Amino acid sequence: MRESTIMKIHYGTALAAVALVAVHILMRLTQGFADSLEYESVLANYKLIPYAIMLELILILLSVHGFNGLRVILLELRQGRTYEKAVSYGCLAAMIGLIAYGSNTIIRTNMGIV
Amino acid sequence: MAQVSSIADEKTSTHVSPSKSVLLRISRYNPEHDDSSKFMEFNVPYEKWTTVLEAILEVKKHYDHSVAVRYSCRQATCGSCGMKINGKPKLACFTKISELDSDVVTVEPMNNFPVIRDLAVKFERLFDTHQKVKPYLIRDDTELESDEKEFPQSPAELEQYIQFANCIKCGLCNSACPTMATDSSFVGPQALAQAYRYVADSRDKGKDSRLKIIDESHGIWRCHFAGSCSQVCPKGVDPAMGIQFLRGYLLGFRS
Repeated sequence: MRESTIMKIHYGTALAAVALVAVHILMRLTQGFADSLEYESVLANYKLIPYAIMLELILILLSVHGFNGLRVILLELRQGRTYEKAVSYGCLAAMIGLIAYGSNTIIRTNMGIV
Repeated sequence: MAQVSSIADEKTSTHVSPSKSVLLRISRYNPEHDDSSKFMEFNVPYEKWTTVLEAILEVKKHYDHSVAVRYSCRQATCGSCGMKINGKPKLACFTKISELDSDVVTVEPMNNFPVIRDLAVKFERLFDTHQKVKPYLIRDDTELESDEKEFPQSPAELEQYIQFANCIKCGLCNSACPTMATDSSFVGPQALAQAYRYVADSRDKGKDSRLKIIDESHGIWRCHFAGSCSQVCPKGVDPAMGIQFLRGYLLGFRS
């Protein structure tokens, strides 16, 4: 993938994440911040399908943006063909791993398994 | 640290006012013999018009001829005498001592360039990256074969790139760039500004191939837009602006 395509994704995910995280924070504030973090309230949020979809989107957007940012920082710290390949594939694997782990939590909670 | 204050018997080339002298601290380093750089200090007389390069040449002439410095035109045209003067990358021939407003002038080799000796640095990386972005007009026909004999260009089209054509390849922008300090593969502001110079030229047809060259993991996207490249350019080139324009092409905002 060309670097410009990756950076378009990087900027796009940042903008989308800001918008969705703003909605997420507003939801916390409208419910009363402390109350919204109660165990039952959190579970209720996960069980509401539109909200669960939004949490899943935030997870994907932040993971893609964050791990690409980490890749960029690591590429600037050191150079070398092997190192750069390890960083790129390592960040991709970590990103997939985090999304899989987070998705597992969201889906299981939504289905009432947790 | 050595201090040399006695002047040789030979007369200086210019009229010297005894009331004005500056402490010139020159970084001395020979990678073949020295573990680290050290400063040698010289009291150098100066006039209002004396440049840092002239002061260094005065030291070479009267105190220590072994000081290594690269220079040629003495008029900010050849781009040979770039160095750090009181911590900032500048051309020694274009910097007057009187304008530095300091009794001490410290000269060091430019950052982000390997030192050959003392103030002279290697330019291989700069020339390699400059060459990499194809700094010439790319098109199938030539002026010699064309019926029109020359490729016409309007003043407005010239205005798009003319400031970037003032680059003298002195390397000050690369020396000031923070990304150049950490990323040894970064193409650098000088080459990126030259890429824009030709991409923006209405006579050029090589935009796509040039954009492809800079659109890689150590290319244009590693610029953090610190803007220090534009601050230090002695010819008024604004590489940071050129880099933003190039990003506009790659993001689809410009065509």
